[in-house]
Amino acid sequence: MTEAVFPEGQSSQPAVDIGDVMQKLAEHKGCGTEGGSGKASCGSSAGPADMAPEIWEKVKNHPCYSEEAHHHYARMHVAVAPACNIQCNYCNRKYDCANESRPGVVSERLTPEQASKKVLAVASTIPQMTVLGIAGPGDPLANPGKTFETFRLISEVAPDIKLCLSTNGLALPDWVDEIAKYKVDHVTITINMVDPEIGQHIYPWIFWENKRLQGYEAAKILTERQLLGLEMLTERGILAKINSVMIPGINDKHLVEVNKAVKSRGAFLHNIMPLISAPEHGTVFGLNGQRGPTAQELKALQDECEGDMNMMRHCRQCRADAVGLLGEDRSAEFTTDKIMAMDVEYDAKGRKAYQQAVESERQAKVEAKKSELDGLEKAGDKKLLVAVATKGHGIINEHFGHAKEFQIYELSAKGAKFVGHRRVDLYCQGGYGEEDALDTVITAINDCHAVFVSKIGGCPKADLTAAGIEPVDQYAHEFIEQSALVWFKDYLAKLEAGEIVHVDRGDAAIRQGALLSQAS
Amino acid sequence: MAFKIVASQCTNCTACEALCPNEAISEAKGTFVIDPAKCTECIGHFDDPQCVAICPVDNTCVIDSAYPRYQA
Repeated sequence: MTEAVFPEGQSSQPAVDIGDVMQKLAEHKGCGTEGGSGKASCGSSAGPADMAPEIWEKVKNHPCYSEEAHHHYARMHVAVAPACNIQCNYCNRKYDCANESRPGVVSERLTPEQASKKVLAVASTIPQMTVLGIAGPGDPLANPGKTFETFRLISEVAPDIKLCLSTNGLALPDWVDEIAKYKVDHVTITINMVDPEIGQHIYPWIFWENKRLQGYEAAKILTERQLLGLEMLTERGILAKINSVMIPGINDKHLVEVNKAVKSRGAFLHNIMPLISAPEHGTVFGLNGQRGPTAQELKALQDECEGDMNMMRHCRQCRADAVGLLGEDRSAEFTTDKIMAMDVEYDAKGRKAYQQAVESERQAKVEAKKSELDGLEKAGDKKLLVAVATKGHGIINEHFGHAKEFQIYELSAKGAKFVGHRRVDLYCQGGYGEEDALDTVITAINDCHAVFVSKIGGCPKADLTAAGIEPVDQYAHEFIEQSALVWFKDYLAKLEAGEIVHVDRGDAAIRQGALLSQAS
Repeated sequence: MAFKIVASQCTNCTACEALCPNEAISEAKGTFVIDPAKCTECIGHFDDPQCVAICPVDNTCVIDSAYPRYQA
């Protein structure tokens, strides 16, 4: 295990003009982030009219790059990259908890060989698993030997799986050619600032040229390397997603500048995530009481940045060893002990057949959504949010009491648009309801007018109604967007008839801390 | 003298192992250890001891006073 953590060589500035590529990428409009404008935005198997076919091929079954795909396709991360080359104030590497769902946290790290075995085991069990990512728990490019060896092994045994990695960007320019060589089509860079004055409050230090650098100097090198790395990816046609952590009072307003900077350099998608910060995490921000944003603050910033850039709103800020659909974690089924005991055979044909079935299911959903777009003009400029309990597939198929999260849709004259999700504690634990847990749910979806569920008990129904949130269970096992639009039109009709009065909802809380539900 | 790793603090992140110019760091019993016979405190290699500079947990790579200072 002797690998060069930090290469000596410095990459030169990209020599070719990349204006064309960047223009093409920056102008492309949303994959599932679009409202129901009537066109088949990423939902059609042929790909949307406004997206180049080669880009569509890259994103159509990538749950992180397409909101629409995340209802159908799963991803997995393998924790082969424990070392890191920078320190962030929202990260504490000493912290580990099996129930904590947050980047930088893993239960066990793997060798490239173990990772390859794990990918095969998961791919055989979960045929809709299409994406393998290396996201840490440190920085994949601070562990280049292990990262690229893992990619090599996996591309040999499971060539249909898409490879991606997530990096802080410090070492990125040195590894772009290697990334291209292994056909890693998707790279995520975490960029929290483009101004070192702000960066010095987020990054206490970076490790650079065999020294620990601090303050302004450290942040300046980091931002230069991140933006250079992004330009180099764009130049090679590798899709780049930018993750930014929204830290109120530090970089919240500045992220609009970050958005402009990454858009102009060809980033495909921008993912602004809320800071996760609790004292028990032992992070600098957790200990100094730095708060995260509220649901409304986060949405307002995402809306402001949306303009002509794709915003990702379905990120679950998952662990570096997560397995499954976004929002679910099946990593406990695939511990090293279990996968080593598994006898797996890679069934490429079976996987393809399954994924074709998913495509037809997805097409049906898009058609259903389109069918309800007429008659929305009555909404005028009225917009409201609804929460949905779902286990995936774009269907209302989760019991209120079993939901670990709710998906949030904004309903307006333009249609139904996915705008986020809210984690909640499991309300129903072992068959009995708990008052406090219900309060948690109400706080988490307090900005919504209604909550769509497959089933709900009498007591929570009454409490939700009292809180001003309408429980809706008559669309059980139907498509989310279609049902929400039918409900919305009915709501508008009742408003028109004077049967109800429109009331604006308040703000909602973004949940912090470990997902207690998995402990039960 | 040499550096040592405080086992209870070590997160096993492996970052120091690859950086050590003397290959003095290895994994043992689920944590990392520095071989005091090989450690030169990075004198002659780098201005800063590399394990200290990269370690994500402060006060984890510390001087082991059981050994005399390294003489280049």
